[in-house]
Amino acid sequence: MNIVNILEEIEKVDGDVYERLSPRRKAMKDFFGMGSKITLAAMPMALGSMFQKAYGQTVPTGVVNVLQYALTLEHFEYNFYLRGYNEAPIPANDKPAIQIIRDSEGKHVEFLKTVISSLGTTPVAAKSSYDFSAGTGTTAGAGNGPFKDVFTNYVTFLAVAQVLEDTGVRAYKGRAGELLGQKVYLTAALGIHAVEARHAAKIRYMRRLNGHAPNLKVYITGANDSGVPAADGNYAGENNVVQGGLTVTTFPGVSGNISVNAASEAFDEPLTATQVLALVAPFGVS
Amino acid sequence: MKKLQEPGRQSPEIESDDFLSSRVQRRSFLKYAGAGAAGVALIAAGCKKDKNSDIGGGVNLGSGDIAILNYAYALEQLEAAFYIKVTATPYSGITANETTYMTDIRDHEIAHREFLKGAIGAQAIQSLEVDFSSINFTSRDSVLATAMAFEDLGVTAYNGAGYLLKSAEYLLLAGKIVSVEARHASLIRELISVNTFLGDQVDSSSVNISRTPTEVLIIAGKYIKTKLITTGLPS
Repeated sequence: MNIVNILEEIEKVDGDVYERLSPRRKAMKDFFGMGSKITLAAMPMALGSMFQKAYGQTVPTGVVNVLQYALTLEHFEYNFYLRGYNEAPIPANDKPAIQIIRDSEGKHVEFLKTVISSLGTTPVAAKSSYDFSAGTGTTAGAGNGPFKDVFTNYVTFLAVAQVLEDTGVRAYKGRAGELLGQKVYLTAALGIHAVEARHAAKIRYMRRLNGHAPNLKVYITGANDSGVPAADGNYAGENNVVQGGLTVTTFPGVSGNISVNAASEAFDEPLTATQVLALVAPFGVS
Repeated sequence: MKKLQEPGRQSPEIESDDFLSSRVQRRSFLKYAGAGAAGVALIAAGCKKDKNSDIGGGVNLGSGDIAILNYAYALEQLEAAFYIKVTATPYSGITANETTYMTDIRDHEIAHREFLKGAIGAQAIQSLEVDFSSINFTSRDSVLATAMAFEDLGVTAYNGAGYLLKSAEYLLLAGKIVSVEARHASLIRELISVNTFLGDQVDSSSVNISRTPTEVLIIAGKYIKTKLITTGLPS
């Protein structure tokens, strides 16, 4: 991610970004001219002041908090796939998909770091280590938790991947409201949210095709369809069939009303930041 | 904007000829010249007479958040109608698994459609007339390519309209729907070609692309016969 990338990103959702940054084209040209001369280390500072001038008045601090929260989770996901790709016994057929997802999470990390830096804030760092076994109590941090074979057993690896992706979708959804009306930041967050959902669906489909969970769907059916009892909290509330006060199972379908399963599948549910942080705490995420 | 022309000013014969040629023109524009021409037809629906519309000049989405919800409702109507047809007349060689997926997705889209209709209440637009003449429902390739286009389009539509919503409650409800559309898109893409679950739908930062309502309606217009008046859509 470089300055041109980030400007292109922003331009997609804010066509006036260049005008906002500088009403005079010459000044923009000067900036880019200078960009080639200043060091990489100095770039975030230069970016920060530039963006603060353009957006500083209109970006509430809550936006930065949401972005830092997102980055915290993306660091975790990226490190999960980074290690998993290298260590887990992934069949050759599935390797490309895991690589795509790993790289996708890596790009989210870089993207969020750049955006947070551009707002004049230091992005949160990845943890020096995570406990991907999700140990708690006496096994906390020891790699001895319920998923201790996550990098030696492919069945466990994909199951944990599913839970993490589905939880990621819920995490973004739960904080979208804090970005209400924020064209640039909300649109970017929704864009990542959708990609997490695409990941989740792919992982679920792989579990189905591999026979790990032969009846699993790419959408979430009921309260916890992962087959991982430890993940009940990650799926709490996903069996909801009442949306905005309307009971989905009363809607007429093609033959009879919409079923309970379809009603739960058709809507993904949010989790609050408090819920998500409690769920990922055993992995060493904070 | 020009005022609506009075209908019936032209003789029926000319009206009919004109109607035919304009339909054909629009078709070919859509097919061969990209979506621009259809967009003009949609956007201009409120101020230009079109012989293919109701005398009232079309269906008005309304304004503010209601317009955004009606816009989503229009797209969900389109998706639901498509999957209802797919499951009623399955493509040749459809597998048992694919039948399950298509039936599931059909029911999700009906749930979305009915939910939006209920949430909008009295200001909900009418049922739209769809045009699926470009789809070969007996062909797996044609059906899945259309499904992919609809699902990907739906994701970009919700993502691009999110910031226009004033109500956090509506934004959350849209968020509950859009991730399910993304799951559908991922599955349909995998049915077509393995490991295309992101494909060309993400940018260089792996962020899903988004589209403005205008851009979406230009693409969707190919499949919607009913005129939509979009002048009240926030932008």
